[in-house]
Amino acid sequence: MSNGEHLVEVENLHMYFPVTAGVLQKKVADVKAVDGISFYIKRGETLGLVGESGCGKTTTGRCILQLYDGIQGNVYFDGVNLSQLKQEQMRRMRRNMQLIFQDPFASLDPRMTAGDIIGEPIKVHNLAKGQEYRDQVAELLRMVELEPFMAVRYPHEFSGGQRQRIGIARALAARPSFIVCDEPVSALDVSIQAQIIILLQRLREELSLTYLFIAHDLSVVRNISDRVAVMYLGRIVEITDSDELYANPLHPYTVALLSAVPIPDPVVDRTRERIILAGDVPSPIMPPPGCNFHPRCQQAIDICKVETPQLINMGGEHWVACHLVK
Amino acid sequence: MNAGIKLDAGMIPELFVRKMTTTDEIVLEVKNLQTYFYTSEGEVKAVDGLSYFIRKGESVGLVGESACGKSVSALSVLRLIPYPPGIIVGGEIIFQGQDLLKVSEEEMRHIRGNRIAMIFQEPTTSLNPVLTIKRQISESLELHRGLDKEQSLQETIRLLKLVGISDAERRADGYPFHFSGGMQQRIMVAMALSCDPQLLIADEPTTSLDVTVQAQLLEIIDDLRSRLGTAVLLITHNLGVVARYVDRVNVMYAGNLVETAATDEIYGNPKHPYTIGLLASVPRLDSERKKSLRIIKGLPPNLARLPGGCAFHPRCEYAFDRCRVETPVLEEVSLGHMRACFYDVDKLKK
Repeated sequence: MSNGEHLVEVENLHMYFPVTAGVLQKKVADVKAVDGISFYIKRGETLGLVGESGCGKTTTGRCILQLYDGIQGNVYFDGVNLSQLKQEQMRRMRRNMQLIFQDPFASLDPRMTAGDIIGEPIKVHNLAKGQEYRDQVAELLRMVELEPFMAVRYPHEFSGGQRQRIGIARALAARPSFIVCDEPVSALDVSIQAQIIILLQRLREELSLTYLFIAHDLSVVRNISDRVAVMYLGRIVEITDSDELYANPLHPYTVALLSAVPIPDPVVDRTRERIILAGDVPSPIMPPPGCNFHPRCQQAIDICKVETPQLINMGGEHWVACHLVK
Repeated sequence: MNAGIKLDAGMIPELFVRKMTTTDEIVLEVKNLQTYFYTSEGEVKAVDGLSYFIRKGESVGLVGESACGKSVSALSVLRLIPYPPGIIVGGEIIFQGQDLLKVSEEEMRHIRGNRIAMIFQEPTTSLNPVLTIKRQISESLELHRGLDKEQSLQETIRLLKLVGISDAERRADGYPFHFSGGMQQRIMVAMALSCDPQLLIADEPTTSLDVTVQAQLLEIIDDLRSRLGTAVLLITHNLGVVARYVDRVNVMYAGNLVETAATDEIYGNPKHPYTIGLLASVPRLDSERKKSLRIIKGLPPNLARLPGGCAFHPRCEYAFDRCRVETPVLEEVSLGHMRACFYDVDKLKK
């Protein structure tokens, strides 16, 4: 069950977090953070993962990296089933897959210098020592457009954008082939966002990287991704080419999500249809039965309330999970 | 867009004010506002010589990156600058004909939350966690509008329904933690509107919210503006939100305006290098995939160590000698469109 063209394959992934109560911490319910999703990421491709807060985007990214216990379903990386690996094997495997975090202020240890932060993966995975180690750290700093002399500085001496560059350099240190970028630009200023997006694009070309790019900002995701998967309440509702997603969205949730994003051009924006979704995203502890979007869907019919729609192929690489789309 | 509040001639503030004082349409006029902070790093000119105005029923956007002075300018209007270290050094804040910098603290308390309301970015930290929603909204109704208990309860429920909270009778008894972020922000809007303010200042009201909730909330605010004629000052860094919801845009950089124009004009015909750069650096939903973004090089400035001359010159691709020594002021480039820049307006690339 693996295709040489696909670097990452996810099969029927579930991640439930127990909700406990009482003195004995008895399990009373599950938070169904990820509830049965399957997808693949091709080599050299960027797959965008979008959705509102609490939809399970981050959990999906971390499940691929096997950062939780109790993951159900299979994750294949380069043809290897990660769920069958022993801890030590997984540790070595992790060298190939890294994570870039959202908050450049919380994700760097304030007591380590930039050089130590960036060099840590090199030490952990025993990739270089002595002068070679120092050369590699300097090279990584240059790669993210910082200066090698900055290696001795501490995180507080850097701006938000520069810290995110340090986080990127750390992710690159072990020379991975796959990086999960979890909201890498959301905490940054507008003019700095563009700098980091361009940096990530350049690194992908130069180092032949494959990205899973998680973000809530559809404009950013569309700009950087080849394909985009839209998540709602633990499930993928639509997955397709990023141009196709904008030009021809099929799932009612995707349509509403796109229409909620204003385009920074009043003349263009005025011509767009606006769909205002009612209410909030329901709790993932008790998701609605059937299609879990049906309580907010303006087109819901009877079958939506009882039967969960499956992802079906609409031609090419366009998949959608909706009873109304035939 | 409300056609009745489109801007017309005479946008240079002096001219404009002279004209408008007769029609009494301006709700707020800020003139040459200077708010400084005295910190260990020295004097920080967070707002330095800012002037702008808002008319009745108009929605004005204040756009800029973090630490450009957007929030400080809004807090200055309400005189909520913490002292020390901050102090309003100079300027005038004319609200409905009255200079707020000259009124007593007692009078100011009657204006805050009553005639001028404010919504902040973080609803979670703005609501009192140990009081019910009902209690928090009815407090201002009893205080500012002199309603009795029964009346204020009725009014609270009406307001909660107005901002789209269903089952308001029951949910008014809830505490803030019973509500999601989006719901809490609606409660903040209900509270802000409880006294029919003439001016609503919304400081990044949707930044911590999801896009679908952001759309719901901004539609509510915009609907109230057009129905009740409330003037809205929308402070944000999101250029998409500005394009959709405001009539006029003020672009701020390093404590002052660099450009101001009607929304269509500023997006279609930006004339300041910073505005041009900012617009080119945002990814757009409708642009082609992997269309390369333009970059504004460098970092937003440290307000404690501003460069001489135009504050933007170290990041500006057009900067020349004059920019390094002389500070540009707002000058009209076309009707109602002003910018603070020395570079030849016709030579700017778009």
